[in-house]
Order: sequence, then structure tokens, then C-alpha cells
Amino acid sequence: MAKITLDNLAHSYYPKPKTEDDFALKELNHVWTDGEAYALLGSSGCGKSTLLNIISGLLNPSQGRILFDDVDVTQASTADRNIAQVFQFPVVYDTMTVHDNLSFPLKNRGASAEYIAQRVQQIGSMIGMEAELDKRARGLTADAKQKISLGRGMVREDVNALLFDEPLTVIDPHMKWELRTQLKSLHHEFGHTMIYVTHDQTEALTFADKVVVMYDGRVVQIGTPEELFEKPQHTFVGYFIGSPGMNVIPAKVDKNVATVHGTAVSLGQSFAPLDGKVELGIRPEFATLTEGEGLPVKVRRVEDVGRHKIVRAELFGNEINIVAGEGTSISPDMNRVVFDPKRVNVYVNDWLKEGEAA
Amino acid sequence: MEKTVNQKAWFLILPVLLLVAFSAVIPLMTVVNYSVQDTFGNNQFFWAGLEWFEEMLRSERMWDALGRQLMFSAIILSIQVPFGVFIALNMPKSGFWSSFCLVMMSLPLLIPWNVVGTIWQIFGRVDIGLLGYTLDALGISYNYTQNTFAAWATIIVMDVWHWTSLVALLAFAGLKSIPDAYYQAAKIDQASRWAIFRYIELPKMMGVLMIAILLRFMDSFMIYTEPFVVTGGGPGNATTLLSIDLVKMALGQFDLGPAAAFSIMYYLVILLISYVFYTVMTNLDKKGG
Repeated sequence: MAKITLDNLAHSYYPKPKTEDDFALKELNHVWTDGEAYALLGSSGCGKSTLLNIISGLLNPSQGRILFDDVDVTQASTADRNIAQVFQFPVVYDTMTVHDNLSFPLKNRGASAEYIAQRVQQIGSMIGMEAELDKRARGLTADAKQKISLGRGMVREDVNALLFDEPLTVIDPHMKWELRTQLKSLHHEFGHTMIYVTHDQTEALTFADKVVVMYDGRVVQIGTPEELFEKPQHTFVGYFIGSPGMNVIPAKVDKNVATVHGTAVSLGQSFAPLDGKVELGIRPEFATLTEGEGLPVKVRRVEDVGRHKIVRAELFGNEINIVAGEGTSISPDMNRVVFDPKRVNVYVNDWLKEGEAA
Repeated sequence: MEKTVNQKAWFLILPVLLLVAFSAVIPLMTVVNYSVQDTFGNNQFFWAGLEWFEEMLRSERMWDALGRQLMFSAIILSIQVPFGVFIALNMPKSGFWSSFCLVMMSLPLLIPWNVVGTIWQIFGRVDIGLLGYTLDALGISYNYTQNTFAAWATIIVMDVWHWTSLVALLAFAGLKSIPDAYYQAAKIDQASRWAIFRYIELPKMMGVLMIAILLRFMDSFMIYTEPFVVTGGGPGNATTLLSIDLVKMALGQFDLGPAAAFSIMYYLVILLISYVFYTVMTNLDKKGG
């Protein structure tokens, strides 16, 4: 178990990167606190797996250092780093039995026979495969194989960190939930530093203490699920997290009033004059459909998702989503939208701008 | 899916049937025809029944040739398979050098059999051949026309030179298809180089390797041209493999009956061994061997 420090880290798959675009992973400084569970969230190709492989030592970064508990391990091999990693697609040793698959990492590190036997039993029951321990891995289904991969990742207790690279992609939904719960309890029990890569926000938000959102090779925000929801640092975070995502509306901002196509929207804070692309970010949850005042919208359709209704509407040609409570009735006269001023975030060139209290 | 029955579909296999008839069935039947008859020339044939088969089964000559043949196949398989795998493991996986290796290794495969034989026949000659002359100059007694061991060594080295690339290329294809994640997982699990080979590379290569072994077995069991060009079956009968013996019998002595019986048994042996090999291997595969 260790604190992992990324110092000035960046990676490019090109031998001689010229522009910033050549970098799959842009310069990054971050400390992964010992014993915390992180989720690394982002769309495909944003550099999540690159970052993970650099931490585990499968990839050598183009620049920067990695420290485990203040020891520089940038040049250390994967084995020396003592890390467990589970991959997106099942990797099992076909010719071995389930038992041998699980004991393989322990054997390679010279653990005692008793310890191996006891540990394999424990992990076997954790992944629900006690009965199949003596079966060969070859004939098993994809999700059984992935459970073995997970088990092999968890079988060593002394690892510095546990890395998961979208491990539940091939698992069916019910088992997904169960395994995620297992991982969480494992985390509580042993306090490993865990980094869990996913593009599924539900998975990220339920698993992690802290969520790291990546976009285009860059970490755009690190925070608790609440922080990501309430104060997305980047429009991508707002858009990526939440269902539906945050509404982003082009606007002009003057002190504590924003203007959207000539209509004033009051803000909870006051801003100095802003340069660049100015946008308002409002979560659908904090927008309300009304009859009287507000911005004019054209309601396209209403979706009832059970707990609430999602109103899909159009605002000056842009799509806007509004969440209405399950009980509220939506009448044809409701063609205005108002926002909770405290919940309106202002973005300049896609990054959150904090103003002063109004 | 609903199955439709249409007897006219049989016509669709007619072209294949005709082709196979002309390429395999009819020639094979003429051989069967010869094997049960005797002739004293003048195109007159007499029914001989299974006489030739009985004679051949009692023939020491045939058993000796079969013994030499099995030994030859066993030796070249036990060299070419591990050696081919070894080469594949050590080849560059991508980039210019990978293509370069692939092309270089394919070259021996493109050379006609009799040319291969001629190359080695000259290469090994003590008077003008580079190999023979060098060995002789080093004081090593090497003469494939007189020394049994030298003759065997020459045809085996020749076959290894000619065909190891085939095994290597197939093994390389098998290796290339292994996803990176396997190697990464092995690194994470701290597997040794041997364990990576034993538990990842070998199982993943098994399919193509089986094809390679089968091809090499059948080919080596039927080998004729190269050893014939180099040693002509000699010294004495030391390198007279089955096919060389067969040709001697059929075209040299013109013993059509015994030769035909011989060919049929030869054919059945190949069929049998290939079948047994294939069945055993697929069974192992199913069991997850």
C-alpha cells in the first residue's frame, strides 16, 4: 500500500512529440492518497488506460516521474512496483485450472503452500467460483473468465495498488453490481489504493471516494461525486456526468446578470468582465419549466423515467433538458424556463469561472 | 433456421465430384487395379488377388525402408518444430526487420525441390562444394556418398534448412495473434520467461503448431526428390526412404504389382498416422490440454 505521486508526468506514443496534440496524456501532477478508492472516468481514447499502464509500469512515460511513497519508481519494472492490474478483457491462463490461475501470482512470488491454499479458497468464494476451482479455465464463459482475472488481481494482499481497467465490461449487469460491491468491501477491509478506470459514470460514482475525470488526455477535475455534480470544473464534466448532462447555453455576462438572446438571467455571483467563449452551465435538475417568466422554450417531448420526468426542449435552437418532479403536470402553456440562480455556473472557454458573492 | 429440402442441390457438388474423380479417385483405382494383378508383358494381366500385399508385408526391404522413413520423419520433426518455435519467439514482432525476416525465411520455401537437392549435392561435395571442402580441410571425414552418417546428416540438415521456416512462419502467426494484455498480465503476475512460454505462448500457438506438425509429417513421409538428388538412396540402401524404394521398384524394376500394393499400403500408413495424430490432438484440445 502506498501513496502514488505523479510528478510532471506526460506521455506520447510518438517518439518525438512536437505539439501538445501529440501527447496521449498531457502534463499531469497528482497525488493518489494511500488507501483511497479512485475512479478514472472519461470517454474512450481520453488517456485513461495510458495513465493506468504508466502507473503499473507497463508503459514508460515520455516525461516526468512516478513515486511510490516518495521513492522514484519511474524506471522500476512492473514486478518491482508490486501492483495488481485487471484488464478490460479476460486474461486467463487457458491450460491451468481456476485454482492454478488464482494461485499463479502467489506462486511466482514464492508464497507458502498453506497460505496459497487458504488465500485461493478465500478469493474463490469471493468471486463465487468455489465449485469450479478444479475446472480448466479454457471452457469457461467470458464472465467467468473475467471473474478469474479479477480474482487473480485481488489474490495478493501486499500490493501497492490495485488497478482496474474497465474490468466489468463483459460481466452481466447483476454480477456487475455484486462484484462492484465485493471490490468495495475488499477496499474497506484491506485499504488498498485502488484506481478504477471506467467510462460508466454510475460505476465511477458508486465505487469511488474520489472521481478523476479525464478529457482529451487531461485531468479536468478530481473530486467527490457531489463536487462533480454541483461544480463541474469543465463543461465536459458537466456534460459527461449526470443523466441527462448539464445544459450549456451561450450567454453574455455582466456583473451578476447573464443575457441569453436578449433575455436576462440572474446569477448567484458577480463577475468582472469576461473574455472568450462565455457559457452558462445549468444542471437539468436546477431548471424549472414555468408558465410566466423566464427564457422561452419549445417543448419537444417529455420522457417519464420513473423517479422524475425529463423535458426535452429547444432554447433558441439549442437543445435543453429540464427535470420535472414526478408529480408535476406539464401543461401546453408551460413554455418558459427559469434557473435557480445559485446553481448557474459560468464557463469561460469551457472552464468554470468563479465569481464573487453578489 | 428452417431447413429446405431440395434434391437438385446434389447437382451443385457434381463439379467437385468430377474434379476429385479425375485427380484422385481414378488414378488411385488404376493403382488398386495393378495391385491385384500380375503381368508378364504384352499388356496381358492375370488375377493375383492379395498375393502382392502378402509378399510386401513379408518383404524385409519394405520394412527396412519404412523404418528408415519413420526415423527420418521423427528426426526432422524433433528438430524443426522446436527450432521453428525458437526462431518465431526470437523474431522481431513488427517493423522493417520483422518483414525482412519473414521474406528471408520464405526464400527456402520457394525453391523447387530438385534445385534444393542440387544445391546441397554440390554444397556437400568434397572436391568443389563449400561445405564438403571446408569440412575436409578441417580434417573431418565427411563424404555423403560413402559414409552413412554423413549421408543422413546431409539430408537432415537439408530438410531442416528447407522447411524449418514453414514451422517458424506458422508459429510466428500464432504468436502475433496473442493480445498484448496477456503479456501485460503475465508481467503483473511476475511470471518467468519460461512460464510465459509454457502458459501463454505455447497454448495459444498450439492450433497452428498442430497444423505445422501435420504438414511437416506428411511432407517428410512422402519426401522423394531432395534425398534422391543428393544421395540417390545410398550409400547402399542407407538413405533409401519409402518413396525412393517405391520408385525403384515401380520404374526401375518395373514390378508393377508389388509396387502398386506397396503404394496402397504407403498411402494407408500416412492416412492412418495423420488420422490418429489429428484425433488425439483435437481431443486434447477439447479436454483443454
